[in-house]
Amino acid sequence: MSVGLEHYLVLSAVLFSIGLYGVLAKRNAVVILMCIEIMLNAVNIALVAFSRYVVPMLLTGQIFAIFVIVVAAAEAAVGIAIIIAIYRNRQSVDVDKFDLMKW
Amino acid sequence: MSISEFRFLAPELNLLGFALLVILIDLFVKQKKVLAGLSIAGLVVSAGFTVVMWGMPATDIFYRMLAIDNFALFFKLLLLAAAALIILASQDYVSKFDRFQGEYYALVLISAVGMMLLVAATDLIAIYVALELSGISLYVLATFLKDKKSTEAGLKYLLLGAVASAVLLYGMALVFGFTGRTCLMCIAEYVQGMPGAGLLSNPALLLGMVLLAAGFGFKIACFPFQMWVPDVYEGAPTPITAYLSVASKAAGFAVVLRVFFVALGSPEWISLNWGILFAVLSAITMTVGNVVAILQSNIKRMLGYSSIAQAGYLMVGLATIGMAIGNDALGQSGLLFFIMSYAVTNLGAFIAIIAISNKIKSDEIDDYTGMGKRAPLLALALTFCLISLIGLPPTAGLIAKIYIFSGAVQHGLLWLVIVAVINSCISAFYYLRVVKVMWTGEPASKVKVPSSWALRIALALCCLFVLLLGVIPGGFVGIAEAAARILGS
Repeated sequence: MSVGLEHYLVLSAVLFSIGLYGVLAKRNAVVILMCIEIMLNAVNIALVAFSRYVVPMLLTGQIFAIFVIVVAAAEAAVGIAIIIAIYRNRQSVDVDKFDLMKW
Repeated sequence: MSISEFRFLAPELNLLGFALLVILIDLFVKQKKVLAGLSIAGLVVSAGFTVVMWGMPATDIFYRMLAIDNFALFFKLLLLAAAALIILASQDYVSKFDRFQGEYYALVLISAVGMMLLVAATDLIAIYVALELSGISLYVLATFLKDKKSTEAGLKYLLLGAVASAVLLYGMALVFGFTGRTCLMCIAEYVQGMPGAGLLSNPALLLGMVLLAAGFGFKIACFPFQMWVPDVYEGAPTPITAYLSVASKAAGFAVVLRVFFVALGSPEWISLNWGILFAVLSAITMTVGNVVAILQSNIKRMLGYSSIAQAGYLMVGLATIGMAIGNDALGQSGLLFFIMSYAVTNLGAFIAIIAISNKIKSDEIDDYTGMGKRAPLLALALTFCLISLIGLPPTAGLIAKIYIFSGAVQHGLLWLVIVAVINSCISAFYYLRVVKVMWTGEPASKVKVPSSWALRIALALCCLFVLLLGVIPGGFVGIAEAAARILGS
C-alpha cells in the first residue's frame, strides 16, 4: 500500500477536528491558542498535499502554506500579548471567568 | 508583471508610509494632535489617488492577485472616508491616553490598508493575508484601553477571529484542492467547465463553499457567527466600535461579494444554492439582532445588535444576487447603496455617542435621559441617525431599504422582504426608546455636554450625507451602479 492523497487529507481532517474540539472544550486561553495553531497546521498539510497531488507542476499550495505559517506567527504573538494584558487585570487565563459582558 | 504596476497601489503604499511616519514623529513631538492631523492628511492623499483612478478600465495586477476596478475603488473610498471620520472623532478620546497615542492612529491606518487590499484581492492567498492584516490590527485596537472590559473584548475577538480564519482557510484549501487554482477567475473558469451537475455530486466543493461562508460570516457578523459582536462592541474603545461596525463590515461584504459572485457565481446550480443559503441566514440574522436588541440597556451593545440586524438586511442583497442568475445589476448596486447609507448613518450615531460618553462617562441608555436639554444638537443628530437606521423619511435608510428590497421582490424573495419589513417595525421600538429618553425625561444634571470642533465637523458631515442620500439619491445611485457594473463583466 502506498501513501496517497487520501491519507494526507484524512490526517489533515483529524488534526483539524482535534484542534476544533480543543477550542470548544478547553478553558485555558493559552491552550485554546495552541489548538488554533493545530487547526492552522492541519490546513497546511491539506494545502501541501493538494499542491503535490493535484497540481505537481505548480507550487501554489506550498507558497500558500508559507503565508499561513507567517500569519499564524503574527497572530500568536498578538494573542499572547492580549492574554498577558488580561492576566494583569484578572490574575487568571481561564476563559470561563471572563464573563463581565454577556447577553 | 512589471515594476510599473506598483503605481496602481499608490493609495495603499501612501497610507502605509503615513502610518510609519506617524509612529516615527510620535517619538519627537509633544503635541499629539499633530499625529491626528498627519493621519487625516495621509487618508486625504490616498483618497486623491483613488479618485484619480476611478473610471479607468479594470485591470489585474501582480499575476491576478489584485484587481483595480470601480468596485474596489468604491470600497477603498468608503473605507478611507470611514477611517478619516473615526480619527476626527477619536481625538478627544485618544488625548486622554497617557501612552501610545501615535500607535493608535498608526494601527487605524494599517488596518485601513489591510481592508483596502481585501476589497481589491482576487486571489485566495491575497484575500487571506489582507484579511489577517486588517484583523490583527483590529484585535490590538479592541484591547487598546487595557482595562477589564477592553481586554476581555480583545481576547474574545482574537480567539473567535482566529478560529474563523482557520475555518476559512480549510474552506480555501478544499476549493484549491478541487480546482487546483487560487485565483478567483481561474476557479470560475474551472467551475464553468465542469459537466452540469449538482453540488451534491461534488461534496468537496460543497464543503469548501460552506466553510468559506462560515469564515466570512464571522467578518460580516451573520448568524450563527454573530456571538462576538455585542461583547466586542461593548468593551472596545467607542471609536473602534464604530470602525468595526462600518469599515470591517463593509470590507467583509465586499470580499464575500467578490468570492461568491466572481468565483462561484456562474453556473446556475451553484449560485442558486448559495443564494438560498444567504436568504435563510439573512432572515435568521435580522430577527436575532432585532429581538435581542430590545432587551439591551447599554447603548453600544444595543447598536451592536442593531448592526447584526443591518447585516441581515444587507444579506438580502447577497441572496438577491445569488438568485438573480447571471448578471442583474439591481441586486449588486442595491447592496452597494445600502452599504454606503449604512456607513454614514452608523458612523453618525456612534460619533454622537462618543461625544456624549466623553462627558457623562457612561454608555447606559438611562443616563441619556434629558440629553435633548443638555446637548440639543448632539441629541438631534443622534435622533436623525436613529431614524435613518429604522428607515423613515427623509433619510438615507429609507431609500436604501426600498432599493435593496425591490431587487429582492423581483427575484422571487417576497417572503424574505416580508420578514425584513416586520423586522424593521420591531427595530423602531428600540431605536425610538432612545429618542424618547433623550427628549422627554428630566436631565440628571444641568451641565452642558461640550464637544470639540473636529468631532462636530465629523458629525455634521455624516448627517449631511444621511440627508443627501435620502433626498437626492440619484447621483449616489449612479456611483453604486458604476461600481457594481464591473462585477458583471
